[in-house]
Amino acid sequence: MEQATLKAQIMDAAAMERAMTRIAHEIIERNEGAQGVVLVGVLRRGVPIAERLAAKITEIEGVRPPIGKLDISFYRDDYARQIMPVLHATDIMFPIDGADVVLVDDVLYTGRTVRAALDALMDLGRPKTVQLAVMVDRGHRELPIRADYVGKNVPSSHTEDVRVSVTPLDERDAVEIWESKQEGSAQ
Amino acid sequence: MLSVRHLIDTNSLTADDITQILDTAKSFDPIVNRKGIKKVPALRGRTIVNLFLEPSTRTLKSFELAEKRLSADSISMGGATSSVVKGESLADTIQTIDAMQVDMFVVRARLAGTPQKITENTDAIVINGGDGKHQHPTQAMLDLYTIREHFGHLDGLKVAIVGDLAHSRVCGSLAPALKTMGADVTLVAPPTFQVGDPSWYGCEQTNHLDDVIEDMDVVYMLRVQLERMEGAAIPSRREYNRLYGLSLEREARMKPNAIICHPGPMNRGMEIDAEVADCPRSRILNQVNAGVLTRMAEMYLLLGGEE
Repeated sequence: MEQATLKAQIMDAAAMERAMTRIAHEIIERNEGAQGVVLVGVLRRGVPIAERLAAKITEIEGVRPPIGKLDISFYRDDYARQIMPVLHATDIMFPIDGADVVLVDDVLYTGRTVRAALDALMDLGRPKTVQLAVMVDRGHRELPIRADYVGKNVPSSHTEDVRVSVTPLDERDAVEIWESKQEGSAQ
Repeated sequence: MLSVRHLIDTNSLTADDITQILDTAKSFDPIVNRKGIKKVPALRGRTIVNLFLEPSTRTLKSFELAEKRLSADSISMGGATSSVVKGESLADTIQTIDAMQVDMFVVRARLAGTPQKITENTDAIVINGGDGKHQHPTQAMLDLYTIREHFGHLDGLKVAIVGDLAHSRVCGSLAPALKTMGADVTLVAPPTFQVGDPSWYGCEQTNHLDDVIEDMDVVYMLRVQLERMEGAAIPSRREYNRLYGLSLEREARMKPNAIICHPGPMNRGMEIDAEVADCPRSRILNQVNAGVLTRMAEMYLLLGGEE
């Protein structure tokens, strides 16, 4: 991470805004409305994206979908290699039984985060469906997982790092590719 | 990551270690209190042996529950059912269990220093579940968690630890941990129960509970350990209760927001009156819940860093 250099910005704020508008419409289309739809953001950057999607769905449908936060630290398959203190606990204040859950994350890469998120979600209840929305799909899947809603497909190499910035967590909205000296880390 | 590999005593823990344990414990709270499945796969495939060479119910059950909530595989062995009673040395017992690919030992022992000694006979990680009159670090962490939950912080709090300090491993762990976190500790005991060193961990010391009770944010009552008492260290239960017991009258003089803790099991009517144990200030049942959370955090942080 430390010696990474910026290679290209592939989405700016306007592009991200348009992608989120499209995804909001797609979610409504696929679920025939917003009734029964809940958004669950994977901590941390999935959460502000889920909030933005919820605002757009509210604008379009007049129904505000509930938003939850999902922490997957205790469900990771690589905890033995990198252990981090958990400061942002899961916060899902509504029942997910029977709900159409849209899992929201910033980057889809190996699929391991999504695998962990699915396990974490299933321990909370039995959703009717689970759908996946991501801002960027950068390929290189290691598990049979795919996204239902994608902001942008970004072919990338393992040595690159795809970074999504989202307000208000970050200063601005952007998707950038950074070239890192080490092997790209699976976020 | 913690700065220690084993959890033997609280003196070795830095303020950052303690904060990590308490924060991680806090993130387990919504998991163990939720309606869905009250466990996570964090320690799936890890093997933990609870070696309890001294009888214990609440500490052992708290560890067992914490292990189940983390999806670890665990077995519990007691002194009476192990080969130690058949004359096998402790080192041989440990090496035998170790040969079964164990990742962690939780050790409760009558002899101080046993958990430390075990670290020399195994590659596994060791948690001290209470050793003699030495230390009981996991008790101290649950106490700190309980206190921090109430006040939101630990620094600057005035804490009185009252009772049988000389026989108390609870005090031996709690006092240094509180000092590390910036709390002021006052030790209150009859002369026969005092710790030997008057400047011990920079704690204040007094023989008079009535002198300090009105200033305290936390009054921590220790159990009078009748089973550890060699000879008569106190004249009578009644006199101890009169001078050092937490009565309703003393409870009424405490600060409005002050709380009462006790490590359990309680001798109601001796160190704490029955009504006081159940009063709104009492955090005794919160401590039990905190025990599972903090033990989960300790095991997760110690085992999680291992390849």
